[in-house]
Amino acid sequence: MKVSVSIVGASGYTGGELLRLLLFHPNVELKQVTSESYTGKFVHKIHPNLRKSSILKFVSAAELEPCDLLFLCLPHNSSQNKIDDYKKLAPKIIDLSADFRLKDSTEYEKWYGHKHARPDLLNEFIYGIPELHREEMKTANYISSAGCNATASILGLYPLYKNGMVELDRTVIEVKVGSSEGGNKVNEGSHHPERSGVVRSYQPTQHRHTAEMLQEMSFGKKMQIHFSATAIDMVRGLLATCHVFLKEDLQEKEIWKIYREAYGNEPFIRIVKESDGIYRYPEPKLLSGTNYCDIGFKKDEFSNRLVVMSAIDNLMKGAAGQALQAFNIMHGFDEKTGLEFPGLHPI
Amino acid sequence: MKTECPVCSAEIELAKDSVQGELIECPDCGTELEVISVTPPAVKEAPQEEEDWGE
Repeated sequence: MKVSVSIVGASGYTGGELLRLLLFHPNVELKQVTSESYTGKFVHKIHPNLRKSSILKFVSAAELEPCDLLFLCLPHNSSQNKIDDYKKLAPKIIDLSADFRLKDSTEYEKWYGHKHARPDLLNEFIYGIPELHREEMKTANYISSAGCNATASILGLYPLYKNGMVELDRTVIEVKVGSSEGGNKVNEGSHHPERSGVVRSYQPTQHRHTAEMLQEMSFGKKMQIHFSATAIDMVRGLLATCHVFLKEDLQEKEIWKIYREAYGNEPFIRIVKESDGIYRYPEPKLLSGTNYCDIGFKKDEFSNRLVVMSAIDNLMKGAAGQALQAFNIMHGFDEKTGLEFPGLHPI
Repeated sequence: MKTECPVCSAEIELAKDSVQGELIECPDCGTELEVISVTPPAVKEAPQEEEDWGE
């Protein structure tokens, strides 16, 4: 069975990543890819890795034809304003933007600083982390893919919050991110001589992805998450270092059990915590191009602080990869289809 | 022939020809373990080599 698919906004980084994945997916017929800036150009003009892989050309969104599923890879605040047009074109939608991630329109307004255009639709979208919402995805028509920082942080901490293991107001998360997280629009700060080699405290407080973390991990309780993002000199990749405080003085082997129980059967989660070797904890560079989330931890022997490290490729598990994983679940395909790349070493 | 890793609680399957004193590696946490008994199967953490891992 082939599913006909089109990508809206395929010249951006997440759209391009999705294009790369869908071109090699055995159950996908990639119909149209849109770009307003590059209408009429071959896709490899913008995504040179796709030379000889496709003869598709970008079309304008106005030329979109009906298909089975639309992937929306648009800038923030675009899909909510045109969602009715997209719904008419396809019975299923996976939106990679932040527009439909939050369930509560008041929370949306608080974090995004403006009213949501279609608060009535917020509950139609399933939040797009398969490890949390797999069952709902099986019958879903609309999925809102999760933010990259949120994905790494949530996957790292979810089992601890779900099991009530940690204090609810002392979580501190520091994420180190690569430059592709900023998208392909240039600005003065992204100019190579200014950006290269930086350790830029990009958003020390009030990052929007915090709202997703609170939504998915509070389980109806009042809690706080203190989140900071630092941009470093990688292109792809993200490492979240999460500091939580255990309610009880657990041993590391008990924490192992919690993670094994939560993720033992997950195809894209690996517990990475080794006592020797070069790569003892999650390392984002090894995950480039893969859909894995590697999670490790270390308990402070002098306190109840647990440090959880979680690494992903922000464009893959943090965006296009997990969107494709959700697509596979929606259609009953093997979840790993199109996502088998294991990464490179050395890199 | 199953036992448990003392570091991470992973299930450790001892090979049929395991002998006491043999060194094995935990498949989950990578810790080097010493077989201290075959019947019943039991392992303990082996002495670590000197640390050679830096920033």
